[in-house]
Amino acid sequence: MAGYIVRRCLYAVLILVGVNLLTFTLFFAVNSPDNIARLNIGGKRVTAEAIEKWKAEHGYDKPLWFNAAEPGARKITNTIFHDRSLRLFTLDFGSSDSGRDIRHEVGTRIQASLALAAPMLLLTVFVSIAFSLLLVFFRASYLDFWGTVLCVVMMSISSLFYIIMAQWLFGKTLRLVPLSGFVPGLDLVKFLALPLVVGIVFQLGSEARLFRAILLEETHKDYVRTARAKGLSEAVVLFRHVLRNAWLPVLTHVGALLPYAFLGSIVFESFFGIPGLGTYVIEAIGGQDFAIVHTMVFLGSLLYILAYLLTDIAYTFADPRVRLT
Amino acid sequence: MPQFVFLWTDFVLWLVVLGVAVYAWRVRGNRHALATWRHVTHDAPAMAAAVVLGVFIAIALADSIHFRPRLPPAPGAAAAPGAYATRTVSVLDTLLAHAVEAREKTYSVPLAWWSFQRETQVVNGVEVRDYPRLAHGGAHLEDPVRDWVPDVIRRSLTGVAAGLAGGLLVCAAIAALRGRTRGGFAASARAIVRGRTELPWRPMLATLLVMAMLIGWIAALWPWYHPFGTDRTGNDVLFQALKSIRTAVVIGSLATIATLPLAIALGILAGYFKGWVDDLIQYFYTVLSSIPPILLVAAFVLLVNVYIDQNAEAFETGVERAEFRLFLLTLILGVTGWSTLCRLLRAETLKLAELEYVQAAHAFGVSHWRIMRRHILPNVMHLVLIVAVLDFSALVLYEAVLSYVGVGVDPNSSSFGSMINLARSEMSRDPVVWWNLATAFTFMLALVLSANLVADAVREAFDPRARAFRPRRFRLKEAA
Repeated sequence: MAGYIVRRCLYAVLILVGVNLLTFTLFFAVNSPDNIARLNIGGKRVTAEAIEKWKAEHGYDKPLWFNAAEPGARKITNTIFHDRSLRLFTLDFGSSDSGRDIRHEVGTRIQASLALAAPMLLLTVFVSIAFSLLLVFFRASYLDFWGTVLCVVMMSISSLFYIIMAQWLFGKTLRLVPLSGFVPGLDLVKFLALPLVVGIVFQLGSEARLFRAILLEETHKDYVRTARAKGLSEAVVLFRHVLRNAWLPVLTHVGALLPYAFLGSIVFESFFGIPGLGTYVIEAIGGQDFAIVHTMVFLGSLLYILAYLLTDIAYTFADPRVRLT
Repeated sequence: MPQFVFLWTDFVLWLVVLGVAVYAWRVRGNRHALATWRHVTHDAPAMAAAVVLGVFIAIALADSIHFRPRLPPAPGAAAAPGAYATRTVSVLDTLLAHAVEAREKTYSVPLAWWSFQRETQVVNGVEVRDYPRLAHGGAHLEDPVRDWVPDVIRRSLTGVAAGLAGGLLVCAAIAALRGRTRGGFAASARAIVRGRTELPWRPMLATLLVMAMLIGWIAALWPWYHPFGTDRTGNDVLFQALKSIRTAVVIGSLATIATLPLAIALGILAGYFKGWVDDLIQYFYTVLSSIPPILLVAAFVLLVNVYIDQNAEAFETGVERAEFRLFLLTLILGVTGWSTLCRLLRAETLKLAELEYVQAAHAFGVSHWRIMRRHILPNVMHLVLIVAVLDFSALVLYEAVLSYVGVGVDPNSSSFGSMINLARSEMSRDPVVWWNLATAFTFMLALVLSANLVADAVREAFDPRARAFRPRRFRLKEAA
């Protein structure tokens, strides 16, 4: 397994290099460092010298890809691309184009993101599995039929609708919870309750339907028939046999959800005023702050790769037959 | 003759319609494909949903023929040959011209004759602060306080009745057409009412009747009122919702189709050649899919915005610019969203390439290109179809989110996303302005739900495994 993990990590480095190349190309296809400098200096103070000075201060005073003036290998190493990309691999994010420390900003914001995302992911998976178990237990009955119909209707409703209606109903009309905002400490529960509930309800339709399909596929297998033939009750068959075997596909799916959880749902964060990574990204895109966008893309793909590696490792725990080679 | 304007989105949308027609024609001649599609056409919820979807698509297509109307000649002057209006309008705009022109000052409640905001008026020489009458909504009422309720009820009933009558006429026509080969009108009608027809005509016609009544109700009220109210700038909300349908359909269908070339080509290449080709393509889509999708879309949209700003003079009218942006947005969603399908196709091709018939083709010396095109592509098309129909509804929902984040469609073109975006602040007003939001969501739900139901039926038909997951209403007798 160690060999497998090492190989995967090496591949991850390759992927991150590709991600960096892509981000760079996309961003600088429309923006030149001069533009960024002009945007950040702002106002009337934009002069040729000011731009040069700003670029020198923020490390944009080199060619983007290829430095023809330098000898040998420095033709490639003494460029913006090389400087900026290599630094990220050591998790040194530097400062944003507006001069603030990105590492500090990410450090504080990731807590807010995690405070929302981690419980949301866990609760969503838990509630969805519980609901789908209910449907599977009463399969081929009215409950199953209408439950599935409900799932289809729920997944046809826009997430924005759930958010706006919940804020209006619980926040404005019933005044049960604050509309939006974020405070540290125990009071946080009040602020997080609404986004959590909305997040779970909004994902319940599609998730429960998927888990129902996964569970139903298991119930058609031979070992389930054997278990029933032994005279086990339906509940024991479902919880002890089917559920354990269904963990593998469920894990695959949860692994695919992980990176989104880490980055924070951009829509949820901005609607509920949670100062997490999602809002950070949106602000950076709006402000054309390359340093932040670059860092966040890098972090996002790093988390994505990590999530997939974790899923693979979790397989071996869920199913001892799986060997990573 | 008006001057027709060929917009990119229109062109591609009609090309899609043509493609679907060609496909349908080819399915007619193919016994196996016909048998698979019969699973879809025999699925009652899917066919009822298809009726709704059909109405939506018809509206979208009516909104996809754009032209610049000829200007009426100035009085006393001869008709100039080249005088066209500067605004590009669609057939839908012309059909509903009265709704475009019936503009109020600001918000008004659905079906209202009074404005939403108080204004100072002079009545009999005294200044009164009251809700003024609307310029168009209920303008025909002599004494609105007395006549409003009876008028709305009377018109609603007439409209619904007329819709019902029209719907029943269509039903009768269908029953008669069916009856020509199946024992006459009476037998055919009886079979439909009892639900004993091969195609699920009963739910389809029931849906049709409901739609006909709704359309009749709207048609009876719209010339005199704003059935769904007006928005902040006084525009008719129903008209905006109808315009948004096209944006949703364009994004849902074109963005899905934009993913296909890359996904199909790369997926089959990777699965067929294996080795370094596979490694390279896998690397390519892993890089793309490891970037958070919203960030990737946002980056591309920024690129496009700068391009459009630099080439602003290339577009003659605002509509053309907005449409070009919409077209590019669909391309962006296509370029960023092909990895899922590609992965599926690669896995399937890996499996197919090992099968005997492919080996046999190799032995006969059939070229790689020909094997991929004739032997592999037709056998993965069911996956392409399933993913394409499932993506449609997901993209319609995604558009709303993208527009909310600010990287969606042009602010000038109406879409459900921008309607919701505007409506967000309206929910915190007092009294609440709910009709904008309610209309946008009702239309969106109807569109996405019917698309989902059709997509489920298609998936069940083309993926036999999915059939086992279908919920059954009645406990089946345990098979022996």
